[in-house]
Amino acid sequence: MLHNKSFVRKTKSGKITKNVREHYLRDDIHCGFTACKSCVSSAARLSLSPSTVLILDTNVILHQIDLIENPAIDDVVVLSIVLQEVRNKNFAVYNRVRALCNSSVRKFYVFSNEHHKDTFVQDMAGESKNDRNDRAIRVAAQWYQNHLKGVANVLLITNDKENKRKAVEMGISTETIETYIKSLGRQDLLDLIVRPPSEDASMEDIEDLRPSKRRVIYAEHKPMSEITSGLHRVIYHQGKLRVNRYNPFEAYVGSESIGDEIIIYGWTNMNRAFDGDIVAVELLPQDQWQGENSLSLADEDDEEEGAHLVPDSADDAPREANPRQGSNGNANLPSLPPSGRVIGIIKRNWHFYCGSLEPMPMPAGDVSVAHALFVSKDRRIPKIRIQTRQLGNLLNKRIIVAVDSWDRTSRYPSGHYVRTIGEIGDRDTESEMVLIENDIDARPFSSQVLACLPPLPWSVSSEDLANSIRQDLRHIRAFSVDPPGCKDIDDALHCIALPNGHFEVGVHIADVTNFVHPGTPLDDEASQRGTSVYLVERRIDMLPKPLTEDICSLRADVERLAFSVLWEMTPEAEVISTRFTKSIIKSCAALSYIEAQARMDDSRLVDPLTTDLRNMNALAKKMRLRRIEKGALTLASAEVKFQIDTETHDPLDIGMYQIREANQMVEEFMLAANISVAEKILKHFPVFSLLRRHPTPTKEMLQPLLCTAAAVGVNLDVSTSKALADSLDHAVGDDPYFNKLIRILATRCMTQAVYFCSGDLSSPEYLHYGLAAPLYTHFTSPIRRYADVIVHRLLAAALGICKLPTVFQDRPQLTSIADNLNYRHRNAQMAGRSSVELHTLIYFRKRPTDTEARIIKIRSNGFIVFVPKYGIEGPVYLTERNEKGGEWYVDEQQQQIKKMDGSATYGVLQKVQIHMEVVELQPNRPKLQLTLI
Amino acid sequence: MEYVSPEGLRIDGRRPLEMRKLHAEMGVVAKADGSASFVMGNTKVIAAVYGPREVQNRSQQMSDQALVRCEYSMANFSTGDRMRKQKGDRRSTEISLVIRQTLEACILTHLMPRSQIDIYVQVLQADGGTRSACINAATLALADAAIPMRDIVTSCSAGYLNSTPLLDLNYVEDSAGGPDVTVGILPKMDKVTLLQMDSKLPIDIFENVMQLAIEGCKAVATYIQEILLENTKQLEYHRGV
Repeated sequence: MLHNKSFVRKTKSGKITKNVREHYLRDDIHCGFTACKSCVSSAARLSLSPSTVLILDTNVILHQIDLIENPAIDDVVVLSIVLQEVRNKNFAVYNRVRALCNSSVRKFYVFSNEHHKDTFVQDMAGESKNDRNDRAIRVAAQWYQNHLKGVANVLLITNDKENKRKAVEMGISTETIETYIKSLGRQDLLDLIVRPPSEDASMEDIEDLRPSKRRVIYAEHKPMSEITSGLHRVIYHQGKLRVNRYNPFEAYVGSESIGDEIIIYGWTNMNRAFDGDIVAVELLPQDQWQGENSLSLADEDDEEEGAHLVPDSADDAPREANPRQGSNGNANLPSLPPSGRVIGIIKRNWHFYCGSLEPMPMPAGDVSVAHALFVSKDRRIPKIRIQTRQLGNLLNKRIIVAVDSWDRTSRYPSGHYVRTIGEIGDRDTESEMVLIENDIDARPFSSQVLACLPPLPWSVSSEDLANSIRQDLRHIRAFSVDPPGCKDIDDALHCIALPNGHFEVGVHIADVTNFVHPGTPLDDEASQRGTSVYLVERRIDMLPKPLTEDICSLRADVERLAFSVLWEMTPEAEVISTRFTKSIIKSCAALSYIEAQARMDDSRLVDPLTTDLRNMNALAKKMRLRRIEKGALTLASAEVKFQIDTETHDPLDIGMYQIREANQMVEEFMLAANISVAEKILKHFPVFSLLRRHPTPTKEMLQPLLCTAAAVGVNLDVSTSKALADSLDHAVGDDPYFNKLIRILATRCMTQAVYFCSGDLSSPEYLHYGLAAPLYTHFTSPIRRYADVIVHRLLAAALGICKLPTVFQDRPQLTSIADNLNYRHRNAQMAGRSSVELHTLIYFRKRPTDTEARIIKIRSNGFIVFVPKYGIEGPVYLTERNEKGGEWYVDEQQQQIKKMDGSATYGVLQKVQIHMEVVELQPNRPKLQLTLI
Repeated sequence: MEYVSPEGLRIDGRRPLEMRKLHAEMGVVAKADGSASFVMGNTKVIAAVYGPREVQNRSQQMSDQALVRCEYSMANFSTGDRMRKQKGDRRSTEISLVIRQTLEACILTHLMPRSQIDIYVQVLQADGGTRSACINAATLALADAAIPMRDIVTSCSAGYLNSTPLLDLNYVEDSAGGPDVTVGILPKMDKVTLLQMDSKLPIDIFENVMQLAIEGCKAVATYIQEILLENTKQLEYHRGV
């Protein structure tokens, strides 16, 4: 069975070494056919009697992956050499192919041709790596052809002319991907084919007869070797390109080498870079640097951003481009931000884009292939040229498009159609777009996942009661306080006055890990989803519904399993002792925040439950005070709440989300539980605890806040979180909303908190800045966050209740889980916001409104306002769109915009009256327009 | 890094439970009392045994048993980069000690008091698992030198990468930094004389991996027994029996 064959490989790692590796050739690798008589068929994946078996070459897989993912392509043999090449060239595509090979519904078989004794090919002298691999593919195809003689046809799919010619010489039947799809007779699939750029250019000629169109529009990208040496000599600067949300013709590249942001104006300078690409940038000569004026809101192409939701943190907000001016203080010599141009793209960030086709008349006559321009929903993405055979069908649809290439001669990148989402304007379609854009898996749970659930109806069994690790707390008067209509109740509380005058306070968290065991499909799915996603009209669960709403949910008057944190506290809210235990509880009431607040406020009520609530509230207030003394920030967010029509699901009303004392009370105890758990798990597992940290914001990040504050005469001290908290408290203006506004602006300067593995960082970095807690983690919502599930397992292991799953002994794996959680968490937030934005739009479509707004940022031709009532932020223009500047000028120091004749002045944080209306300046892109009254 | 593909093949084309190709030869150093070479894939070692002979350093002489000495070294050309390996570095001292202790457990030292047995092992080509290969070669050399032993000692390594137990790690797999369990057994007596592990493993997985290594040792033992038998037949033939 073992055939030993060693061969020589040279690798370069600083110096040239000669590596010798064994390479065993085998005779037990089967062809993957169920019907094959000579091979063992246990691992067979191909169908019983396929008419044709496809063998794809590397470039076909790399470029046509969207097509290959279509179920029409099946019975494919993927050669291991092809997989290896794909892996080296594009890891994302590799993962997609691997997913296809593992999927039980698709018939993809991986044939290890490199280890098969008949298909292994020796390197030949003077042959390049690519040629050798192509030869290996042909040899394998030939082997298949002989092996399956009379059973099935073997078809080698390659778009490489040379490869095809040689294959034909060897007697292998080959097709290009186009001819193969044509032979299938599936018109719709033809749209999915990616065309090579050269072909594309020639088609453009036919389409557009203007000769000027062929001219070179963009500068050539520098070769990689030149970029690398340029980066070394600090001629070029590397960084991630971020396109301005307000103006797609302007982008920033954060560069470490010059420690500042380089601004890139216009598409010519951006040179075909997309938002999120890692690019190499060259600085322009200083006299070409542009000043403040160009940082205007509008742009050349009649496009502008409508109003949108207020970003929650610095990560989301468009970056302030000119942070230095304010600190400089010298208005006569404004130092301009460096501008540059992109000279090469180091790593592309191309993915799928959602949007629609630009409306165009149907081409006259019977033209089978039409060219169309795709307009992404995300304004930062340029229009994308696609070819389609189903133009009439797609014009009123939301579609997904992938980018293939961007030629120097073409103004727009070219791409191909991937799939249709649905009708434009349909709420379900638009909601689904939100999900797709944020990479959220909203598919129903698979049968394997559902098989992991306990049988329904579930109730606490006698085994659970008898289990010695589980404390019976059913006699305790526990209750839950949640938003109204909440079905996934994952926390309950109790508070008992002890005889010695102290209080026993308990936080009971749903015991999700009792049902979700590590290594099961259920656990894998949950760890992939990472978090539940809350959209305005629906919720996408992390765990299947029976767990979320029934088995784990700590509903009133049913016995449920819980993981409890119990403290003994003095009336001054000092913690005497902390205890953790698994438990069984029976909640006596599921209150909403409003109910709980009403009970506490109603002095006539003296029932035990209300007394408990009042005691807890008193404790919570003291804890909160202590936390604030330590420097925790009270930040404000502009969260809004919709009232949704139960029938049509249209929004009926929006308003700011009101925060009551009851909310703060519950929050306080959850924070305390999280902190207690964080301390406990870190003590037991110093290297692989999952914690949550909130990095201290840097000076630069707080700069915009300081600028604004200074302009309105408030002095903020940002040296520590304590100082900032205090100065925020003192920032009281004459109107009641002023303080909240400052807090909202402060919130925006912060980065987001992130999960991390404790072994990856040193302990000063564990700090949670916003809460002023040296340690923090998430423990209290295991039904809707996977991080909490992990923390539950860690805590159970720390208590010796169960064994630690093996995942935790692998730090890289834990780090990758933490990264995924951060990614999912962020996406869930973005999706939630997009959903709110979408519903805001639907709401205002029928209701143009006049309302009060605050100016939060001054621009050269207008300002950006914040509408407190609806949590909306958007630009207001003072000048007509086509005029530049004109009679207005900006006072940078005062953060004011003044009319030349001095008749009108608008300053930052000033109150203005605006009119809000939904307009559709561009087809299929409705937006909220704000105008000054 | 992917050490086991989803198709169940390792980088070099073996399946997880397969060993590399074995090859052994006896009597490769004519001058020594006993010698052998042992090849596991691309790992090639040579062992020579001198003794039992008079103790060179009188102070080390023991009146009730033989003194066993072992010296492990790597040839300068044994790895890709031709570095000068100085003698007596920490690694080779450690391996020398390990080999000596493992073999001492099976040599009937009390039969040869006041004498000394020298075992020299040298790695000619290194590709992972040199420790195991050295022990296997030394066993054969001891047998060749007709030194009385309780049983032969055989050794094999096993590791755990990509959540799969792997038998007989080669250099690439060895340098992955995962757990690497080396086991030496007395196959007939079914006893373990050597157990070493790098890195960490949960206990239940460790038992699996160790069991796998023991299976490997048994396979090596079968092979070594074949070689011994063949060698004996050769000797018979030469004597003209």
